[in-house]
Amino acid sequence: MLRVSASPHIRDKTTTRSVMLHVVIALVPVIIASTFIFGWRAPMLFGISAASAALFEALARIVMKRKQTVGDFSAVVTGLLLAASLPANCPIWVLLIGNFVAIVVVKQMFGGLGDNFANPAVTGRIVLSVSFTAQISTYSVLGKFAGDAATDLVSSATPLAIVGQGQGSLPSTLDLFLGRHAGCIGETSVVALLIGGIFLLLTGIIDIWAPISFIGTTAIFVLATGQDVLVHLLSGALILAAFFMVTDYVTTPTTILGKIIFGVGAGLLTGLLRVYSAMPEGVSFAILLMNILTPHIERWTTPTTVGGAKHAKS
Amino acid sequence: MTKKNSLFYEFLKGVLKENPLLILMLGTCPALAVTTSAENGLGMGVAATAVLIMSNVVISLLRKVIPDKVRIPAYITIIASLVTILQFLMQAYVPALNASLGIFIPLITVNCIILGRAEAYANSHGIVHSAIDGLGMGVGFTLALFFIGSIREILGFGTFFGTKMPWITEGGLQPMMIFGLPAGGFAVFGIMVAITQKLNKRFYARQPQAVIGCAECPGCISANTAPVDHASDDLEGQTDEPRVVVPKALREPGILAEPKDVKQSEREETK
Repeated sequence: MLRVSASPHIRDKTTTRSVMLHVVIALVPVIIASTFIFGWRAPMLFGISAASAALFEALARIVMKRKQTVGDFSAVVTGLLLAASLPANCPIWVLLIGNFVAIVVVKQMFGGLGDNFANPAVTGRIVLSVSFTAQISTYSVLGKFAGDAATDLVSSATPLAIVGQGQGSLPSTLDLFLGRHAGCIGETSVVALLIGGIFLLLTGIIDIWAPISFIGTTAIFVLATGQDVLVHLLSGALILAAFFMVTDYVTTPTTILGKIIFGVGAGLLTGLLRVYSAMPEGVSFAILLMNILTPHIERWTTPTTVGGAKHAKS
Repeated sequence: MTKKNSLFYEFLKGVLKENPLLILMLGTCPALAVTTSAENGLGMGVAATAVLIMSNVVISLLRKVIPDKVRIPAYITIIASLVTILQFLMQAYVPALNASLGIFIPLITVNCIILGRAEAYANSHGIVHSAIDGLGMGVGFTLALFFIGSIREILGFGTFFGTKMPWITEGGLQPMMIFGLPAGGFAVFGIMVAITQKLNKRFYARQPQAVIGCAECPGCISANTAPVDHASDDLEGQTDEPRVVVPKALREPGILAEPKDVKQSEREETK
């Protein structure tokens, strides 16, 4: 039986909201793990961040007199990811400024979801880390994970800072894997991130190309420069970024080749910044730089339609 | 709204409709470099305004004397002399501001706004209009610099004209360092441009659009050089009328149709 109709021929029930809800679900293990590692302050930061991001989104849409889009949960995801990349002792007002920058300046001023050229959470974090160096670059962890008797948060060096400065003792590999060390609240627990990432992979929300090329390139670069690969893979924002940031639909390429180029570029920049720059961590800057290159990667990797002519070089 | 070519229109145009920094995008380099504080922004704006008014007046006076071919060097010489005078004055009376603006005072010489207004306006308008145009453009530039400088100083350093702001430095908040850095300057500039465009569109939508003539158009090199036909005036007789070349097809209606027929018949023959 033949039916003739205009495209699109393949329809899917996936909506922006369902995709974003999947990402929120994937972040639940991370939030739970952060509660164990950083205490009550971590889930509080996640909650405030998600709520304020949603509020800023709603207000921005009202002020700009556009269709209300707060129901698609993308702002909630941005808020959660921004909180995930901040330390546990980050003041609330810093978090609010970060969410304002991420949602209003980076996302809504450029037209809202789908039109933002850079990842809002990553850009928000960069603005915060450039603006409030003192508040953002002191990392802490519950006392019992820092070899301290105190039960409260104590500040401690992140593994990458220890590697960078060459002094202090690194946590054991198991501690690195479980995330029992100082760092941003969403980035330390590799096991929780892997659970979330595998959930996203299995449900088809993300595909493997960008994460695998990103992690792989960073690992190769770090190995080539004679650093401890395992420490670099298991600490810092690498795994968080691999599953939740380099797979962002809006700000990364859409083709498989494009995704691999994006991952390799981001991995190279991450390695360069980690090994040779004054900062211990460079994932956010690497992703922002590759976000800016994304339109060009898209142009280089545009596939030719079947039977179509090679598109003219511009 | 005021009529086109009235003095008030010429003044307001520089502030709103053709704001040199936020609409014409001229002079962005000094604008981004010096606007780390409101005082610097205001100082730079006033200095540029002074030079702009003077240069517009002088160039307007000399517009019939300066030959077209050497007008750019002539303008630059005039502007550079004015800037030199200005810098001596600043060194004498406001040495602190002069020190904080540094190289950007001598660089007013090559500021696009001043050369642009000389080319696009003073070159073809009377002295009074040119002076008002310079004043309007200068005020627009100063206002834009002042706003950018204020935003960057308040948010980036927690001060305004050097006095501490109450909530930012004392209330547990801290200034955002990024606004003191070039990145913050670009961000504030971009947001100001977006807001100005939006407001301008709304403001001018209520009034009938005044037509921008060729002379005011910033894209043109000059009103004198705009039509190509004038270029060869020196070679042939001194005619001021542009010699418009009418395409052959317009003069003789049938001319395009004929060769087509010939071609068709040729093609039929080859078949």
